[in-house]
Amino acid sequence: MAETIVLEGVTKRFPGVVANDHVDLTIRSGEVHVLLGENGAGKSTLIDMLSGVQQPDGGRILIDGKEATISSPKLALALGIGTVFQHTMLVPTLTAGENLLLGAPWWQMPQKSELKARVAEISKNLGLAIDLNALAADLSLGEQQQVEILRALLRQSRVLILDESTSMLTPKGIEDLGALMRKLAKQGLAIVFITHKLKEAVAFGDRISVLKLGRKVGEITAEELKSRDEPTIIAEIVEMMFGRRSGDPEAGRREPRIQPAADPLLEVRGLSLPAASGHHGLKSISFDVRPGEILGLAGIDGNGQKQLAETLAGQRRAVAGSIRLNGAELISKNQAERRAMGLRYLTDDRLGEGTVGTLAVATNFFLKEIGREPLWLRGIEQRRAIASRAGALVKEYDVRTPSVHTPVGRLSGGNIQKLIIARELVDGARAIIFNKPTHGLDLSNTLATRERIREIAAAGLGVVLISTDLEELLALADRIAVMSGGAISGFVDNGEAAHSAIGRLMIGLAA
Amino acid sequence: MIIERISLALGPIVIALVLAGIILIVAGVNPVSYYAYVLQRGLFSWIGLQQTLTRMAPLLFIAASLIVAFRAGIWNLGTDGQFLLGAVTAAAAAPLLVTVIPVWLAVLLSMALATGVAMLWSLVPALLRAYQGVNEIITTLMMTFLGASFANVLVKLVFLDPATTVPQTRTLAVEDRLPRLFDTTVTSGLLLGLVAVIAVHLMMTRTALGLKLRVVGANPRAALHAGLDVPGLTILVFALSAGLAGLAGAVDILGVYGNVRADWNPAYGMAVIPVVFLARMNGFAAIAFVFLFSVLSIGGESAARRLGVPQDFTLVFVAITLIVLALAEYIAQHRAAAREVRTT
Repeated sequence: MAETIVLEGVTKRFPGVVANDHVDLTIRSGEVHVLLGENGAGKSTLIDMLSGVQQPDGGRILIDGKEATISSPKLALALGIGTVFQHTMLVPTLTAGENLLLGAPWWQMPQKSELKARVAEISKNLGLAIDLNALAADLSLGEQQQVEILRALLRQSRVLILDESTSMLTPKGIEDLGALMRKLAKQGLAIVFITHKLKEAVAFGDRISVLKLGRKVGEITAEELKSRDEPTIIAEIVEMMFGRRSGDPEAGRREPRIQPAADPLLEVRGLSLPAASGHHGLKSISFDVRPGEILGLAGIDGNGQKQLAETLAGQRRAVAGSIRLNGAELISKNQAERRAMGLRYLTDDRLGEGTVGTLAVATNFFLKEIGREPLWLRGIEQRRAIASRAGALVKEYDVRTPSVHTPVGRLSGGNIQKLIIARELVDGARAIIFNKPTHGLDLSNTLATRERIREIAAAGLGVVLISTDLEELLALADRIAVMSGGAISGFVDNGEAAHSAIGRLMIGLAA
Repeated sequence: MIIERISLALGPIVIALVLAGIILIVAGVNPVSYYAYVLQRGLFSWIGLQQTLTRMAPLLFIAASLIVAFRAGIWNLGTDGQFLLGAVTAAAAAPLLVTVIPVWLAVLLSMALATGVAMLWSLVPALLRAYQGVNEIITTLMMTFLGASFANVLVKLVFLDPATTVPQTRTLAVEDRLPRLFDTTVTSGLLLGLVAVIAVHLMMTRTALGLKLRVVGANPRAALHAGLDVPGLTILVFALSAGLAGLAGAVDILGVYGNVRADWNPAYGMAVIPVVFLARMNGFAAIAFVFLFSVLSIGGESAARRLGVPQDFTLVFVAITLIVLALAEYIAQHRAAAREVRTT
């Protein structure tokens, strides 16, 4: 089969994050190539680069063997790359037909009859039934996607990219889309299908590439897919997504230590939060963390981990439950009081909410202490004291910055992370909640951060480690709780058997 | 570095002078004589300079009002309504109060009342923004229309001076107004305005409160994460900003006009917005640009009478300056980005 598009060492960096790290990918005509990976694995960024929305910072893209720069979505279309994005891009107040006619040069009359004939021809081959006169808003999500696929086909696309297209479809809709993809591949199109669902990947794909934290960690070829049965392949993918890679310097698994029968440092009982738009809420969460213990919190992203962290930190108000730190009740305390008592929260969104990019490094160190003595006296900023304290922290935590007056947004992700860790560790931290602390960091910073977490626990502090990276949890945690739908669905002691059990729990299979 | 920043601020003004000059030529006016006349009347004649300095007083208060709001990420476009209500409050209160209490106390109390009324007027957009996230650009703009009309209603119906035929409030006697500076006609409101701008500048850059407001303005999610009371701080910003705008009205009435006439609306707020942007919300730069703007508007008003160029031409000039400035900034950023690419 012909190689239509080849990606070689494609790299894309955003401020603070490496979204794609030397990704190699080959897209062939007549083949459904599945890109599999969790949220934040870099799938969407890769697609953005193929469809001309973003430009790579490194590596090259070959189209039909020639190096090409896809500088705009328009050029991507001209090169025959059609993309159906996760959220449909149809204009809801126009009919399906009108939507298909959009994008022609403004001086041309819309060619309605021609469109009708061409749509009829394509639809007949593929077995589609689209009413061109229906308003886009009245179509089901599956039908809207079919319209978008039609649009790509009408423009003579040779490569069709489907970004998380099944995430909002009904089971029947997913089945139809799968069948459609198979037909299109048979007609010679190259299809790139992005998903985070394993079963779909195995059912619809000819080739599966697994992305993890911006890196491609494995590929299953067409021959392998044909020669093995589904459970074997799924096990293999689980290994790629969550398991250890050979030659990974992070291979050392944490030996579960026998905990001394110490009193729990952090006791959480029946913590509840009502569900709201965008999250499940929290359903009676209970757990203990003992001094020196690292409790891992596993789960697919978006199952209440962030809400739990924010409720513990006081950023959200729980409706029921209790949080005790060293025996003292925190539930009625505000964020600053909880922080002062030693409960610290390290956010996963280091640029969006952890720091203020335009403010100086020094200011960002003390964002949670504004107005407190001795850095502020009667509300007046003590510039010299702030600068010298920040300077000491920069040294102690090895934050690489030109100066403490540099806007924090100019630092790399790893250095911003060091800054936030310093902020949460200083002055009497007792229990720390880490939310995806290595997300988007490069390898050396990932390792440095993990080492720091181990040191924190070794010093006798309690650690709650939220991560979607099972490998990380297995390397660090003593016990691992799995979160699903806003509830804890089980605790697993770290050890030999933990790996596959949690991995399967995380992706919704029975442990 | 400093030279670059100054040239980035003054360069656009020079370019704008040229572009505005072209408009003047099209309108059949000699730009050189127009500019010379404006400078002569606004800056180089003693009477004109005193008028310019007097005009600065309310403009400085408005600038302070806008700096608080804009730096905290609140786009208060309602300063004109807040200004007029403050002005009417002061105009209604002062002539009555001087008859019962000492003049200095009456003046202070009138200012406080004007501030309070303007603050109250900002409560609607403040609460909507703080608790419902309603965009304050729309609400403050709407409230300014209502505020201007309401101020007018108050002048014509409630606080009307029965002794005159012109619809206006009672007039505060000249000797009861804010004192003039030395032997000049310049109002001491100028000093109050300078104090207001500098105080606001120091508050925003040197105090814990100012930093909290800047954090809320720059990244509200970070503010929530850091445990700041975002709704409370939002309401406070509205109150400070509106209060200063109301104070601007009080100072203009108590220092210069002595009364409010019906349909009076100098629309200082809208004029000062671009000035504050030119100054990049820096208090000291704002003082310089307010001075420049005062020269232009006092000179422009004279030129309107003499050369027939509408006095709104001052605004045309400021607008051109702002557009040129935005373009200059865009180009400078592109250059910086290009430099960065080359060095990496």
